[in-house]
Amino acid sequence: MTHRVAVTGIGAISAFGETYADLWAGLAAGRSAIRPLTLVAPDVLRFPNAAEVPDYDPLRYFEEKEAQMLDRFAQFAAVAAREAIRTSGIEFSRALGERTAIVLGCSGGGKSTEDDGFHHLYGLKEPRVSPLTIARAMSNAGASRVSFEYGITGPVFTISTACSSANHSIGQAFRMVRSGEVEVAIAGGSEAPLSMGFLKAWEAMRVVAPDTCRPFSLDRRGLILGEGAAALVLEPLARARARGAKIMGEIVGFGMSSDAHHITQPSALGAARAMRAALADAGRSPEAVGYVNAHGTGTLANDATETEAIKSVFGPHAQKLLVSSTKSMHGHALGAAGALEAAATLGALQCGLIPPTANFTAPDPTCDLDVVPNTPRAAQIEFAISNSFAFGGLNAVLVFRKFL
Amino acid sequence: MSEDLIARVTSVIARAQKIPPETVTIDKSFEELKIDSLDGINILFALEGEFDVDIPDDAARNIRTIREMVEGIEKLLAVKAQAAQK
Repeated sequence: MTHRVAVTGIGAISAFGETYADLWAGLAAGRSAIRPLTLVAPDVLRFPNAAEVPDYDPLRYFEEKEAQMLDRFAQFAAVAAREAIRTSGIEFSRALGERTAIVLGCSGGGKSTEDDGFHHLYGLKEPRVSPLTIARAMSNAGASRVSFEYGITGPVFTISTACSSANHSIGQAFRMVRSGEVEVAIAGGSEAPLSMGFLKAWEAMRVVAPDTCRPFSLDRRGLILGEGAAALVLEPLARARARGAKIMGEIVGFGMSSDAHHITQPSALGAARAMRAALADAGRSPEAVGYVNAHGTGTLANDATETEAIKSVFGPHAQKLLVSSTKSMHGHALGAAGALEAAATLGALQCGLIPPTANFTAPDPTCDLDVVPNTPRAAQIEFAISNSFAFGGLNAVLVFRKFL
Repeated sequence: MSEDLIARVTSVIARAQKIPPETVTIDKSFEELKIDSLDGINILFALEGEFDVDIPDDAARNIRTIREMVEGIEKLLAVKAQAAQK
């Protein structure tokens, strides 16, 4: 028997602050949290801006000894998961822990930990690096940390598919809950990519905007990197109702595809196949969808290709869709992107308010959709999709439903 | 455009693309040489190293041919020479 899957907890740490309420308040106001970088010296990069978590202090969440064991990305995972679990009201007994999954996406792992080790090795010419380097830098460190905190002993793993990591993770968790394989799942993603070595690698790719992120806008000049984490608590709708939980929305479909085309160039065919697969999984026609939280990176290639893909899936209905990229406000948080966007999409459905595409200046004929430019839009919508398309051609699309 | 500059630019491109140097001639387009967007970024990186110049993203975006690439490098070298005289 399959279950309807309810979202009963949401947690987020982002450039807007350290809670989901902070994230949603920023998005609902159409405010961009893209600001000058402070984590690294700004004058050595071609781009001065990012979406950093402001004034983050690990000691608000961890003992000093614990903080030392955890890279920033793993700390973010724990912070978001704690909020999601707290808001869900679930208490984990030993038995429930065994029936619970954690699936948290991460693209790069502990980049600042690696950077620091390499600095000691190559820069300072020291012969050794910290013995905590491996434990801090591994991409599953966040998921493992959450399992320790709550005694969760069911399936716990990390999916690393670059910018689709969180959507793939939420999708797998959704399917495990839907099938009854687990009773509860904590799913999302975390990322802390703002270390000098990794930023230099992004600089060399020439895809980061020197100003800000302007998805679908004629003068867009690239993406803006962000950091943070978001986590969802998923459980069967019947279970959530039986315990009187607050239901923040449903996940009703998940679709994946691979372009098998190019390591960095996007493909409209691959993106479209993932959207169709997600809608088929949800058993819904394209016309049922009212809102698309776009991948919308703000690069020349993505936004035009995504527009083409949306038009091919939705046909004439594409012109009625509201399509926005919240990356214009919380930045592109890579392995956390889909999780922050899931939180944004759930907020949009529950509140009847579509977060806009911020920093929009002029329409691009190759992106001719209603991209909700700059101003949030009131709209009662039942079904929404959230797109993630990764380098390597890996696409993952989630379908959300407002809980009525 | 000096022969020497053309030779240096084409040789850098040939090395980056792992193709015979004689195939990279001034009138070829990137498309003809099967240079895609990621290859192009890799070539810009190699040229920055070869000529010790900084190629801005916006200047690089519209380059589609070997000739445009040589002209672009020539301009950057002229700016660099002027700056050195000051």
